[in-house]
Amino acid sequence: MTMLQRRALLALAGTSTLAGTLATSLAGCASTALPSRARVVVLGGGFGGATAARYLRLFSNHTLDVLLIEPNAAFVSCPISNLVLSGHRRLAELTVPYSSLERHHGVRHVRDSVARIDPAAKTVVLASGTVIGYDKLIVSPGVDLNFDAVDGLRAAQVGGGVLHAWKAGAETAALRGQLEAMPDGGVFAITVPEAPYRCPPGPYERASVIASYFKAAKPRAKVLVLDANPDVTSKAGLFKKVWAEHYAGLLEYRPNHKLVAVDAATRTLRFELHDPVQADVLNVLPAMRAGVIALQSGLANVGNRWAGIDYLSFESTAHADIHVIGDAIQLAPGMPKSGHMANNHAKVAAAAVVSRLAGWELNSQPMLTNTCYSFVDGQRVVHVASVHAYVAAEKTYKLVEGSGGLSAAPSELEGRYAWNWARTIWSDMLD
Amino acid sequence: MPPTVLRALLVLLAALGSHAQAQANADELRLRALAATCASCHGTDGRAIAGSVVPGLAGQPAAYLAEALKGYKRGERPATVMHQLAKGYTDAQLDALAAYFAARPR
Repeated sequence: MTMLQRRALLALAGTSTLAGTLATSLAGCASTALPSRARVVVLGGGFGGATAARYLRLFSNHTLDVLLIEPNAAFVSCPISNLVLSGHRRLAELTVPYSSLERHHGVRHVRDSVARIDPAAKTVVLASGTVIGYDKLIVSPGVDLNFDAVDGLRAAQVGGGVLHAWKAGAETAALRGQLEAMPDGGVFAITVPEAPYRCPPGPYERASVIASYFKAAKPRAKVLVLDANPDVTSKAGLFKKVWAEHYAGLLEYRPNHKLVAVDAATRTLRFELHDPVQADVLNVLPAMRAGVIALQSGLANVGNRWAGIDYLSFESTAHADIHVIGDAIQLAPGMPKSGHMANNHAKVAAAAVVSRLAGWELNSQPMLTNTCYSFVDGQRVVHVASVHAYVAAEKTYKLVEGSGGLSAAPSELEGRYAWNWARTIWSDMLD
Repeated sequence: MPPTVLRALLVLLAALGSHAQAQANADELRLRALAATCASCHGTDGRAIAGSVVPGLAGQPAAYLAEALKGYKRGERPATVMHQLAKGYTDAQLDALAAYFAARPR
């Protein structure tokens, strides 16, 4: 046994007993230890990946070698970014650097993107050409926005005329600019893709807070929500009540509007069944699928769209020793694609990876929670919450009966909790 | 006792101990992972962020935490979210969480 192994073993054995001490003193009895400096590579520094990197270090008592592959120097949060569009928050308030993961937890942040995964050789090849070997790989690639499912969308997007702002950052600031430049009396149109997509209530929150901005700054302007789904997909009753009570005549909702074409020059949206719509600012949310690396490496094996996983460990059903978490996975019943959910996936996956590497029995009853806050104006918020327990007999998560629920009504108290939630979960991922 | 027998006994003890230790470590990790479902709102290991309007859980008396959690679960304690989340856990899980957070440094 090397000194390093011995130290790793002692560090990991949190509750040392006489038997445990004996075991550490004898070579060949290292079954309670992680292999010395086993390496876990994490792809992607969003809600899933950053949390996974941090909790791999925490759960292994800082014995695992953890590399986070993420090109950006800082994380920018999608949750709360709708408030940047409405002018209630600044992007800088939603931006958290990755540096604390390295400083506080010893996660090695590699600022690069991944080009290829080789599951047979257990390596990842980075864009720079660097090859990194792994014992376990956690892939948290988020979603790929499919610009090719709608005619003209890619050209409109590349030209900068039609934005999605569904990944927070430069597009968020640019869309805010378009809204500010829009004249009073103009129309802002947002299209919602068919479910499942990232952040089910997000489009309706966006429409609501932009209506709130218009009400104060451009009272003759209008918000048009064109939804491919037959109804509001999340918090429907709460959103519709707010729209009727506070945004009547200002916000219009139209269901069953499946977008088929976009013309950036004339700012026109064309639908499968309904008349075309012209607006001053177009915000098209494209159909979504698992992030590109999951598609390219065969991990997106459910309908060539989402990553199939063993829900107990989040290990891919396509490749051994690769775990997939976050928005890219094929959802279990009742699960939304949310940042909170990805943060919880990451913890189950991190615990499973630590257990597997140490040769411990896997947790047979993992649990996940989700709390999802939506602003309806600059201050007031509604939530949906759920608790998900793994059911061994069905090999999936199910909502715990009787748990979860919605807000009774929007409130400023929940507005304060929502901002607190954001700051806390960013800290749980990155501090 | 002959040295060979002593050595064999030690190896056996170690193997048994190692197994028990592995089980203890797995159990500890299971509890840490369960507690991590609270961290998204209450902070890692129940330590609230500076200026938090949501209470920290670390270092609170176990009896107080257990009673509060069960009060939420029974719908007796007013809440915005916790009455909905507490119903997702068994009483045994709530007791284990209360003991876990009580033992964490603030």
